[in-house]
Amino acid sequence: MRVLGEELELRFGPQHPAIQGVLVLRLRVDGDRIVECRPVIGHLHRGLEKLFETRPFGESLPLTGHLDLAAPVTSNLAYVGAVERLLGVEAPPRARFLRTLFAELQRIASHLLWLGTHAADAGAVPPFFAALRERDRVLDLWASYLAGWPGESGLRPGGLSHDLPEGWSERCREFLDGFPAALATCEGALTESRLWKKRTVGLGVLAAEAAVDLGVTGPALRASGVAWDLRRARPCEAWGEVDFDVPVGRNGDTYDRYLVRIEEMRQAARIAVQCLDRLPDGPVLADLPPAPEAPRDSEVYHAVEGPRGEIGFYLVGDGTATPWRCHPRAPSLANLQALPEICRGELVSDLVALIGTLDVALGEVDR
Amino acid sequence: MSGAPGEVPLSIALREELGDAIETARTLQGELTLRVKCEAVARVCATLRERHGFTRLVDLCGVDFPGRDPRFEIVYHLCDPAAGRRVRVKVTAGEETPVPSVTGVWRAADWPEREVWDLFGVRFEGHPELARLLLWDDFEGHPLRKDFPVEGTSSLSPSPGEGGGEGTGEGAGG
Repeated sequence: MRVLGEELELRFGPQHPAIQGVLVLRLRVDGDRIVECRPVIGHLHRGLEKLFETRPFGESLPLTGHLDLAAPVTSNLAYVGAVERLLGVEAPPRARFLRTLFAELQRIASHLLWLGTHAADAGAVPPFFAALRERDRVLDLWASYLAGWPGESGLRPGGLSHDLPEGWSERCREFLDGFPAALATCEGALTESRLWKKRTVGLGVLAAEAAVDLGVTGPALRASGVAWDLRRARPCEAWGEVDFDVPVGRNGDTYDRYLVRIEEMRQAARIAVQCLDRLPDGPVLADLPPAPEAPRDSEVYHAVEGPRGEIGFYLVGDGTATPWRCHPRAPSLANLQALPEICRGELVSDLVALIGTLDVALGEVDR
Repeated sequence: MSGAPGEVPLSIALREELGDAIETARTLQGELTLRVKCEAVARVCATLRERHGFTRLVDLCGVDFPGRDPRFEIVYHLCDPAAGRRVRVKVTAGEETPVPSVTGVWRAADWPEREVWDLFGVRFEGHPELARLLLWDDFEGHPLRKDFPVEGTSSLSPSPGEGGGEGTGEGAGG
């Protein structure tokens, strides 16, 4: 802490209960108001992009799950999609529907974790328990699909490692049937609450133009009124074959970002039910050699709509089974660049709510 | 003038507007890649943004090809949300040749350009504050270069003390 004339320099972090990871914010404050906020990142840098260059395509898959620990499945999905396009293979229809289902379950799990922690950060504790209980049910579904393998999603270049076990679809359907009511419980204490609105309406406004200019994607972009969703704009997997709405906000404030994510969970459950209803029969894995080689001088960029926005991979192949370059386009990196924008002029006491509303995963920011 | 986007293929329209700034244009796997003269990249990006609707810089990263001269490629992925199309822009750069910054075209380029400087050692001219992004200030070397060892070097721990572990160009401010 330093005093600069009328202003004060404050350092927030690196450890703080409101940060899902490690992050430093250098703040200049005037009284209670934030004049400037400068994020300092890199504390969780593990050199993942260097590691991707040292092993065959398939073996990097678990590493991609380490980008965003709250949503490993969508990172895996973007990666296997990129590898498939680079190698020129296609996942069978059954795998495409199951991967879409898993991605939507991941969106629900990730948004629930966000909802619980964001609400608790802002002082509303009960939704935390309700949201985390529902999220646990999604994690249980995965645990039973994967027989408890940790850090695994079952996704593979070319499809999935194995088909659903006996009784899994029924359990999944049971969860999805009860989910709208459970979600209503989670949001019951918030959506129409005067306290919650007072805390979030008008807070941290991000204008549509600034959001686009800063590269913001995902719910944070849509809450600013920009209807951009990769599932709609460039559908892959089975997203082109299911019905869903893309919720869009109007004011780009913390409350709108909240509403957009709540509605996205409802739409995710709707997509998941359709995937189960229309699940085709057949194999779940295409034929691929154990360590397939990418063509010489090949390159591809493939992205999917993750819970935080556009998660993509840029791959460069050099004729071997190892990528020459593998660069993840992390939505949280771009979204975190918007933090100084939404903090300016706000109260220091709202800072944890402003960090929470962007829902960044520091693991993929730092890689 | 090029007319509405989509009427004239993008690469032809750009060649008309920018002349020989566009070196090659090829489509592979449905992805259009424009190779651009390094010194013209900011101008090309500004044209793509202002006249062709590429309002979003999706991603910016580096690739190292030590066997080539110049050895680095800087790769820009742009998106035109209205038409739902993408384009990839590439320039080559050496250790000594700075690349014009596109931070003036999209603010989104700020951290990615710092990251390329940090991990590859490619400079961006016109960047407001080209400091390391992920590693600390007194880190030696640029780890995503192919000649940087995977197991690291002896300089792989930040010096203790104020700001030592924070990296990212804050050192001068104290």
